[in-house]
Amino acid sequence: MSILVVEELGKSYSGFQAVRDVSFVLEAGEMLALIGPNGAGKSTCFNMIDGQLAPTTGRMAIFGKSTAGMTPGDIWRLGVGRTFQVAATFASMTVAENVQMALLSHHPRRWPALRWAARYHVAEAERLLALVGMTDQAQRSCGELAYGDLKRLELAIALANDPKLLLMDEPAAGMATRERHALMGLTGRIARERTIGVLFTEHDMDVVFGHADRVLVLNRGTLIAEGAPAAVRANAEVQAVYLGAGSLYGARS
Amino acid sequence: MSVSKLSVAQLDAAYGQAQVLFDVSLEIGAGEAVALLGRNGAGKSTTFRAILGLIARPTGRIVFDGEDISKCPPHEIVRRGLGYVPEDRRIFSDLTVEENLLVGRQPPRPNAPTWTPERLFAIFPNLRELRGRAGARMSGGEQQMLTIARTLMGNPSLLLLDEPSEGLAPRIVEQMIEAIREMKREGLSLLLSEQNLPFARLVAERVYVIEKGAIRFVGTVAEFDAQPDVRHAYLAF
Amino acid sequence: MSFYFVQFVTGLSSACSLFLVASGLSIIFGVTRVVNFAHGAFYMLGAYIGYTLTDRLSGVVGFWGAIALGALAVAAIGTLIEMLLLRRIYDAPELFQLLATFGVTLVVEDLVLLIWGPSELLGPRAPGFTGAIDLFGQPFPTYDLLLIALAPLVLAFLWLLFRRTTWGVLVRAATQDREMVAALGVNQKWLFTSVFALGVFLAGLGGALELPREAANHTMDLQVITEALVVVVIGGLGSVPGTFLAAIIVSELNAFGILVFPKISIVLVFLVMAIVLIVRPWGLLGRAEAAARAASGMVLSRWRPLRAEGRLFAVLALAVAALLPLVAGSYLVGVATEVLIFMLYAASLHFLLAGGGLASFGHAAYFGLGSYGAAIALKACGLGMETAIVAGTVLGLVGALVFGWFCVRLSGVYFAMLTLAFAQIAWSIAYQWTDVTGGDNGIIGVWPSAWAASPARFYWLTLALSAGGIALLRAITFSPFGYALRALRDSTLRAETIGIERRRVQWMGFVIAGAFAALAGALYAFLKGSVFPDNISISLSIDGLVMVLLGGVGTVSGGIVGAAIYRSLSIWVISHTDYSKLVLGALIVLLVVLFPKGLVGAFEAWRSVRTLAGLHRQNP
Repeated sequence: MSILVVEELGKSYSGFQAVRDVSFVLEAGEMLALIGPNGAGKSTCFNMIDGQLAPTTGRMAIFGKSTAGMTPGDIWRLGVGRTFQVAATFASMTVAENVQMALLSHHPRRWPALRWAARYHVAEAERLLALVGMTDQAQRSCGELAYGDLKRLELAIALANDPKLLLMDEPAAGMATRERHALMGLTGRIARERTIGVLFTEHDMDVVFGHADRVLVLNRGTLIAEGAPAAVRANAEVQAVYLGAGSLYGARS
Repeated sequence: MSVSKLSVAQLDAAYGQAQVLFDVSLEIGAGEAVALLGRNGAGKSTTFRAILGLIARPTGRIVFDGEDISKCPPHEIVRRGLGYVPEDRRIFSDLTVEENLLVGRQPPRPNAPTWTPERLFAIFPNLRELRGRAGARMSGGEQQMLTIARTLMGNPSLLLLDEPSEGLAPRIVEQMIEAIREMKREGLSLLLSEQNLPFARLVAERVYVIEKGAIRFVGTVAEFDAQPDVRHAYLAF
Repeated sequence: MSFYFVQFVTGLSSACSLFLVASGLSIIFGVTRVVNFAHGAFYMLGAYIGYTLTDRLSGVVGFWGAIALGALAVAAIGTLIEMLLLRRIYDAPELFQLLATFGVTLVVEDLVLLIWGPSELLGPRAPGFTGAIDLFGQPFPTYDLLLIALAPLVLAFLWLLFRRTTWGVLVRAATQDREMVAALGVNQKWLFTSVFALGVFLAGLGGALELPREAANHTMDLQVITEALVVVVIGGLGSVPGTFLAAIIVSELNAFGILVFPKISIVLVFLVMAIVLIVRPWGLLGRAEAAARAASGMVLSRWRPLRAEGRLFAVLALAVAALLPLVAGSYLVGVATEVLIFMLYAASLHFLLAGGGLASFGHAAYFGLGSYGAAIALKACGLGMETAIVAGTVLGLVGALVFGWFCVRLSGVYFAMLTLAFAQIAWSIAYQWTDVTGGDNGIIGVWPSAWAASPARFYWLTLALSAGGIALLRAITFSPFGYALRALRDSTLRAETIGIERRRVQWMGFVIAGAFAALAGALYAFLKGSVFPDNISISLSIDGLVMVLLGGVGTVSGGIVGAAIYRSLSIWVISHTDYSKLVLGALIVLLVVLFPKGLVGAFEAWRSVRTLAGLHRQNP
């Protein structure tokens, strides 16, 4: 069964159609990239799938359940992890506490407790941080982390609810080339081991073509291509609108 | 290279504690068009913002028309004739096209072309019909034209253009190329940041490549084309 | 019927001054993002300066010339304050700007007292508008008719100014995107100054124009600033037409409220505001803020529980405090009790403001509910002190439960304004519901049980409850719940994405803070032996903010340090000078300029610099 089914999704803001008739599915264990120029509607799509925006038209189902009317928190509780384009973490907490916060929310307690929150789920947080290679930074304050480390921390937070679907908005943005591939390689490995489906947007084509199993191309709110990376790369329309292979202007110069 | 228009030397910049620019140096000659190439997040916009003083620039020397502007606040830099067009357009959406232009207006300058709304409507014809319309009710391409026209109202002698072709339809991009060529004919110096290589080739004579906040390559367009490895290493495609 | 019509027209004439003040406030906020609390003070100055000028200069420049000169003089004073004070703190968190302008208000209040003396001053009548006309058989002052005509004229003038002049276009552009305006070569500094001058001019004019209608007095500043804030919030921050509409609504509510619900006329206005905010969170004609400011500009540093040395220090401090009655006289013990109560009050606000990023401008509501709850339980229900303290705390808790449910639906400045509105509702109930609260006369004879009656014993009781309360608040701060609250402050987006329910958690945080404030209020009732509407006043709410910001909003427990210093200082100042507001106001202004991180924050920054320097010395 497909873990994410999107059907005829659309969103308009006061007359402006940001996303139009987008349909696709995501299978368990698959790495699916959503690419397109800035303003193509990638973020809008993402924010509808994770519950931040309500779609104007269309349907979505995650693990076979319709997500209509669900908040981001509801969708998280279904077993969906999310990372953001600009890393969103808790700056007044340590790296470990950031992960513990997600774990605390994932394992709710019946009674409110007065014990220090940093004493809960210690081992589990350590395990998640080890998974993303941040064990030695666990006790550092989150506010002083390098950007690449913040992105890895986000991945650890996103994995805290043991998700079967990961939504990653430009996971590699702002990272050095080597770090990008390391992060995406790590994500791919975790996804395969745990059969997590990953939907990600990305601007770095090396990352997209190096790590995605399948690619969706969005332009002006509409899907214009879908398929294996090599096929999408060879698609003339995609080259024209996005990759800028030069054919468009080459003739004139 | 002719007489120096803008010279940036060893510029560092930081957002809070995170350093984002490292030792950036740039030279733009009078009448020259230079492209700053780099991927998303490479530091192009930050370089522009640092030159203009919109973010902290603790070190580095920025000389514009022979005068050190590295301690000047943004409005003083702009008043000396350095125009800035931001990446995200930042149209005043409550204001009409004409009012947007009014905000950018500065007195004429001897060493720079002088623009009036009429002259701007001549190179951006779409704007003429929209002059009374609010910025909020314009398409992306129209907004991009307006943001450039608005900055030109300041009669700059050097224009910093941050990703002018980003997110625009090919037809609009072609108009943009024409407009930029027109500005060059008027004698304007240009520094434009781009990810779109074909676009940059069509308008710029020289190229800087930036990656992770540091300049990685400097040369003419021909030199750049002769080194495909630079392209592969620093510009995703 | 004719009576109601006259009442309606009277309401319209009151709307004029209110519109002038509120539009100035709104314009200043739109461009500078400063909620100028001193706007009421400028209004009052307009009235007093107008009084003097009409008195002395009417012969030279005429009545109207004197009024205009008065407004200009106020504008000049405002311009000076903008250039000397506000320019230094535009980049500070918005709460600090509020605090600084509150400091200015205090200074102005005492200066007015110094210069013009304590009695009310009735201004001259406007020449040509001294009489009354017959309106459906009722006499109606012609001056009020003039004001009714004036308000739309001012609205039209402002509209033309913003639409038809270059300056107006620049102001509208800056309202939307200040940075971009600077990047187009506009000198923001002077734009801000000119906008501030215009706003203050309108306030001064509003004050001066009221002279023929009502006497200049010392309470007009707080009265008008409260109403103006309500008007601006109902109309939509930054919208001048919205302000106009709201000024009329509020004035009519005042005019008719007094007829229909004499007991709760003030409540009516705030109730309407609460409803508007819930139905249209950005006011009638306002628009959603494009981007809310990040956590009110707070520096987010790591929070951790006390380590061994910190705990030792806390225990030592507690021990020393417990020994105080053995060495100090009963006056000093009384002062110390009051300081302890305010430490608990400040800690409860700190929990909400620093720990949750929720800036409540009406925290005194819960303090006051605690006071009244305890007093009523003791006097009217005949319960003992112990039960009465519990009853007061419960009343505050219930109040926070009800008000908080509405407040957490909003955020930022609007959250702050709604909390203020609810506090004013609570205040008006206390003020007007004379049968139960005694109104202005308050409830007296609220004395502790015999076993706690001596100053030392009551001090010990307060010490135990305050220290216990503060410790409990701290424990909650570091508990999973406190972490969830702080997670929402650090990154609402991330917190909601990991399943933390924002409204529920913030609501609970609001209730906890309210309950502890109520406990402080109940203790305060027994300390003073009486309860007055002052226990819910705006100035008490602001005092709370001063204490928290003084201590440092980025710190875990700065509030209690701020409370200890500020309350001791204010008690000392009040007992040593008649012009305590002048001293405290000046002090607040100075502190805001010198220590924008608060005292504890400044201490922590100093310590971390020293630690770093030490590290550098060790590993060069």
